[in-house]
Amino acid sequence: MRFGIIVFPGSNCELDCRWVLENVLGQQTELVWHKETALGDYDCLILPGGFAHGDYLRTGAIARFSPVMAAVERHARRGGLVLGICNGFQVLCEAGLLPGALLRNTTMHFLCRQVHIRVETAATPFTNACTRGQVLRIPINHNEGRYYADEATVARLTANDQVVFRYVTAGGEPTEAANPNGSLQNIAGICNEGRNVLGLMPHPERAAEALLGSADGRLLFASVLRSARTASATPR
Amino acid sequence: MIRAKVYVTLKKGVLDPQGETVRSALETLGFGEVRDVRIGKFMVISLNDVPRDEARQRVEEMCKKLLANPVIEEYRFEVEEG
Repeated sequence: MRFGIIVFPGSNCELDCRWVLENVLGQQTELVWHKETALGDYDCLILPGGFAHGDYLRTGAIARFSPVMAAVERHARRGGLVLGICNGFQVLCEAGLLPGALLRNTTMHFLCRQVHIRVETAATPFTNACTRGQVLRIPINHNEGRYYADEATVARLTANDQVVFRYVTAGGEPTEAANPNGSLQNIAGICNEGRNVLGLMPHPERAAEALLGSADGRLLFASVLRSARTASATPR
Repeated sequence: MIRAKVYVTLKKGVLDPQGETVRSALETLGFGEVRDVRIGKFMVISLNDVPRDEARQRVEEMCKKLLANPVIEEYRFEVEEG
């Protein structure tokens, strides 16, 4: 598979994503500078973590108008896969490709630690190698990770099975104590209605090798590879 | 020159942990009468000379497009000459 990793000024997780995709999973990647207006033929685009455009004004607010974003939007509207990790999630929300917004953590802390997240649905191209209810151990690294949307939006997300990950205890319970940043309903990741765009605050690329403490994050990338195989095996 | 003063604040109902922390600090300092603190952004935007109505319309567009996120924020602004 060919992955395009979008690089904004201030992105800082693009090489981690590349490492996992190329060295752990044997896939092709290209780094795509944010000034590009036309994209190559990629199966999946990744918006990595970092501080795009310094996170000035609001996280993702400036990045959302980077020239490359029009092409990202076209890719998404065609049904192409888009994965936004941490700052990438914030950019996708600002761009309107995902509903809601990410606000400053309620806890007064910049959070950089392992958390447990529960897979709420395996019916996405990013989680089909997981089982519903499976608990993954993946690190977070953010100051603005509190997911917020109005009540109607959250109700719609829930009804459409678009809440993909929730923060939980090691035993899989979405308690208040397990919610690191004050996210509504412990939401850690969501997808769009078409299910081809996913945003999550945890960093799966930092948990893709056992040597680093957890290989659970690899399941997300393995899911993407699996959905590509299924798609190519099914005549369209 | 025209100057626009833009105020962006979190919508009512959106928790502001920064404001709450400042409120608590004020309370510690003896300002017990403080009920709530909300922290927002204040921007001063200088524009080329254009009719005020046009400036107002342009600043409104700036707020809608970039300066405020309607999911979490609301805005207001004043346009003045000088």
